Amino acid sequence: MSSPKDTPNVYTAARPPPAASVGLIGWLRQNLFSSFSNTILTLVSIYLLSLAIPAVLDWAFWSSQVSGDNRFDCKVEGACWAWLDQRLGQFLFGFYPDGERWRVILAFVLLFAALLPWLTTGVPGQRYLRWFSIAYPFIATVLLAGGFGLEQVPTDKFGGFMLNLIVGLSGIVLSLPVGILLALGRQSKLPLIRWLCIGFIEAVRGVPLITLLFVSNILLPIFLPPDVTLDSIIRVIIMVTAFASAYMAEVIRGGLQAIPSGQYEAANALGLNYWRSMRLIVLPQALRISIPGIVNTFIGLFKDTTLVIVIGLFDILGIANAMVSNPDWLGLSTETYVFVAVFFFVVCFSMSRYSMWLERRLSGQRH
Amino acid sequence: MEKSHQYSPNDSSAVIRIDKLNKWFGTFHVLRDLSLSVKQGEKIVICGPSGSGKSTLIRCINFLEEHQEGKIIVDSIELTGDLKNIDAVRREVGMVFQSFNLFPHLTVIENCTLAPIWVRKTPQAEAEQLAMEYLERVKIPEQAHKYPGQLSGGQQQRVAIARSLCMKPKIMLFDEPTSALDPEMIKEVLDVMVDLADSGMTMLVVTHEMGFAAQVADQIVFMDEGQIIEQNTPTEFFDNPRSERTKLFLSQILSH
Ligand SMILES: Nc1ncnc2c1ncn2[C@@H]1O[C@H](COP(=O)(O)OP(=O)(O)OP(=O)(O)O)[C@@H](O)[C@H]1O
Ligand SMILES: [Mg+2]
Repeated sequence: MSSPKDTPNVYTAARPPPAASVGLIGWLRQNLFSSFSNTILTLVSIYLLSLAIPAVLDWAFWSSQVSGDNRFDCKVEGACWAWLDQRLGQFLFGFYPDGERWRVILAFVLLFAALLPWLTTGVPGQRYLRWFSIAYPFIATVLLAGGFGLEQVPTDKFGGFMLNLIVGLSGIVLSLPVGILLALGRQSKLPLIRWLCIGFIEAVRGVPLITLLFVSNILLPIFLPPDVTLDSIIRVIIMVTAFASAYMAEVIRGGLQAIPSGQYEAANALGLNYWRSMRLIVLPQALRISIPGIVNTFIGLFKDTTLVIVIGLFDILGIANAMVSNPDWLGLSTETYVFVAVFFFVVCFSMSRYSMWLERRLSGQRH
Repeated sequence: MEKSHQYSPNDSSAVIRIDKLNKWFGTFHVLRDLSLSVKQGEKIVICGPSGSGKSTLIRCINFLEEHQEGKIIVDSIELTGDLKNIDAVRREVGMVFQSFNLFPHLTVIENCTLAPIWVRKTPQAEAEQLAMEYLERVKIPEQAHKYPGQLSGGQQQRVAIARSLCMKPKIMLFDEPTSALDPEMIKEVLDVMVDLADSGMTMLVVTHEMGFAAQVADQIVFMDEGQIIEQNTPTEFFDNPRSERTKLFLSQILSH
């Protein structure tokens, strides 16, 4: 055997990478200062941010005022948040009776328990939570509208951000399955089903949502028995769902088209029938591809809930509009709309981040 | 004993009987009056030039393609548009594709247990045990929990074979199972197929691997222009091809 001394240096021991390529310095180098033009852009951006951020913070917080009974009490340069004290309840709950608002808050908290088992895996008690999710729409309806010993609250008292959430979430939860069915129907071999689906998708996509909402009280009764009248919130949910599912169907159709025909053939050859091969083989892959488009549609739908104002409902934006035209608070539109925007941004940005997380997690399974 | 190779419509021992099959794609007459019968345990290799209708023929046998005229009877079930019959036939017939067609979102073992669980209603534990047995038979039990995308082509095709076998089919169809593979992987797949042939499985194999055909086939079927031009035992087929077209085809395929 030869001693280590006379073996030539065949193997090189692993060394850590040079300090300049890892850690904070490495990140800065690679991302912000990788070239001359990049460095210039970075410096310009830092300069612009250094102008904007302090100004915004100053307006929103440092030079703002939170107390006062009307806009004339606000003597400061910055934002006037004095209205929050009086109006926050309305922005959140509309005209929901003060003493009953705990029911809305409870429904909101339970919402997370209902959504969680569908959004991720490994939740303790996932199976039971899913049963709870299925019951949740009924629980929430009772909590919000009353019954079973709870005081009845007529739906024309619903308003504010709560209304946006009710319409938005119902639309999101309903438009996905409806969109899937429409997308499958559009590819059906049965001409009647195909034509119905294409007709629905094209008709709904070809019209602005706002006109659908306007005509909903003429349009919907055509499909209902004569003496049934629909609550206006239900009507809005139906219209918003119909609208979003037409877009959803097209997004999912894109995903379906990306699935090679060999997948269908292999599923058929194994004896899986149509619905099983869709559910087990085709849709899991097609939906995964469609996640960005699906979430895009969800975000659009959520923002469209502000259109309920055209049929006389007061969502958060409607409440804001009413307030800025009130003489006591006239001229505070910047504060009001910034406040409203923050609510939408938080919800939409969360959906967007969630979808990115989901895509990254699922992409781990495919190589 | 000379093996019979002539089609006989009254042959009741046949597990596949194809009688005067005709199929068109639009106006293109792809299968023309084609008749073939396959006995239990028989291995048939189908070859022929590209576009001759080989794939179409075996895809008709499990109704991935619908024929317009003629009869196909598999395991005494006649294939018509009737969904019940189609399901019954597909439960008995396994198929292996040129492009593997594994389900990329499922692990290897999930690929193998899916159909037994959903179609045969096998309990999950039993289906998994069965899947492991077949994965061992195709010599990749250690890959059971990987996703198809993490395997080589040869490994994927062996998984595809195992996936079909998990349904315990009576008949296996192969459509050019090795032609999408790199040369060094062809053998590992052919070995599995030879092993399967030795176990007595009824097999219909579209392939240009003439070594495989010579080794396992009871009959070689040569197709051209949607018809069976020649059908014979491997020895006869290679040594005394009867038609000019067969000779030409053999000279082309054996020259490289
Ligand atoms: N879905 C289809 N629609 C129209 N024509 C088709 C279709 N599938 C196959 N064909 C045509 O039918 C003929 C036979 O096709 P088939 O795939 O059966 O040939 P093959 O013998 O398997 O050829 P290859 O060796 O190239 O696989 C070809 O000319 C092909 O172009
Ligand atoms: Mg082919």
